[in-house]
Amino acid sequence: MTSSSNCAHEVLAVLAKDLRSEYRTRYALSAVLLFAVTALAVVSFSVSPYSLEADAQSAFLWIVLFFSAMSGLSRSFVREEEARTAMALRLAAAPEAVYLGKLLFNITLQGAVAIVVVPLFLVLMDIAPAHPGLLVWAAVLGTLALASSSTIIAAVVSRANAKGALFAVLAFPVTLPGLSSAIRATTAALQGAVGRVGTAGDLRALAAYSVLMIATSLLLFDFVWND
Amino acid sequence: MTEQQGGFELVIDSVSKSFGARHVLRSVSARAQTGQVMVVAGPNGSGKSTLVKLAARIVRPTEGRVLWKLDGRELSAADTRRVVGLVSPDLNFYDELSAIENLRFFARVRGLGTTDSAAKGAISSTATKAATRTGSHESAESLLDRFQLAGRGDDLVGAYSSGMKQRLKYAFALMHNPPLLLLDEPTANLDERGIALVRDTIAQAGASKCVVIATNEPEEVRLGDILIQLRA
Repeated sequence: MTSSSNCAHEVLAVLAKDLRSEYRTRYALSAVLLFAVTALAVVSFSVSPYSLEADAQSAFLWIVLFFSAMSGLSRSFVREEEARTAMALRLAAAPEAVYLGKLLFNITLQGAVAIVVVPLFLVLMDIAPAHPGLLVWAAVLGTLALASSSTIIAAVVSRANAKGALFAVLAFPVTLPGLSSAIRATTAALQGAVGRVGTAGDLRALAAYSVLMIATSLLLFDFVWND
Repeated sequence: MTEQQGGFELVIDSVSKSFGARHVLRSVSARAQTGQVMVVAGPNGSGKSTLVKLAARIVRPTEGRVLWKLDGRELSAADTRRVVGLVSPDLNFYDELSAIENLRFFARVRGLGTTDSAAKGAISSTATKAATRTGSHESAESLLDRFQLAGRGDDLVGAYSSGMKQRLKYAFALMHNPPLLLLDEPTANLDERGIALVRDTIAQAGASKCVVIATNEPEEVRLGDILIQLRA
């Protein structure tokens, strides 16, 4: 990769290709949305919204978002291996462009899921968040954290045999720090008793986690992607 | 050797490859350069395809090394996307995209899909300078026309026959005018017209590129200047 403009052009080419493929096949989106909406509906109909504390509500929201990510975000890489298109991609594209393009695709996909799931969660659980702005920040940064960790783990597991199980097993410890911060920030947004310093710290931790994951992934991706 | 490809040389130096406990290749050495055709022959399971992937540097050898040299200068594996054109049974395209969309996508990620200046800007390595010395790269439409897929460019690749997919692989392999052309089972799935087209392509490429063919077809074996005979 010789210049940032060329890099950006190639990254956008990978993103556009993945979006076009997804639009035509609904390969990942249908799996992710189906899981998220089903899980939300089942829990909201079986648990009284008023019986859950804010911390349990936010944990539930992030469990749904986490497992939605697990069911769909690995597919951008897994599909390249299963459809045997990975060789052509390896031959033609720079590893950095592949990683960043897939990352942007996963952010887009997980963002779309969050846009559907978070309002649905508030409606079904009959929640009026005390700090809607903070909830939006927690959702945005949490989505970024989930997508950044899932992308590199998906690249690692895509060439393994038991991809699905391995993805969730590897993803859980890696995403746990980010997930914990997202849950705490969401709890603060829902209950209103915002400890300003703690909550800002959680949002900063989420942002730092994502930056760290992306930087580390960029350094490691060439080894993961090429043999 | 022609001047236009800048004297590319492929060096396979005492290469061995194992997959777990299974030894596929043991200490294979060979050299080929621009203007030469190297043929790799041998029975099924003898490691022909593995040797082609090693030459493409998309598989790493267990022992030994594969080198690419251009005008005497060694190139790195990071130059793969500029140096290598590969046709292989293991190569697939995106079924949900049309042929033209596939080719345009691969042109864009190779840095060829923009304006001439942008494409040249993407090409800073010695390898790509050599590849572009011959002039502009062929457009997706022109490549489809060349490989007798004109009029079918907007069809989804998923609807292509295996022979049409094989032709598309040639368009993919030659779109960036690479100095190294690797052909694994070059005429697989092709009809007589396709086979003639491929042999014509090999004859043309053999004059200006370094070509490696993995095959057992007697007519293709005869095209080679260098023969590597592998044993099972």
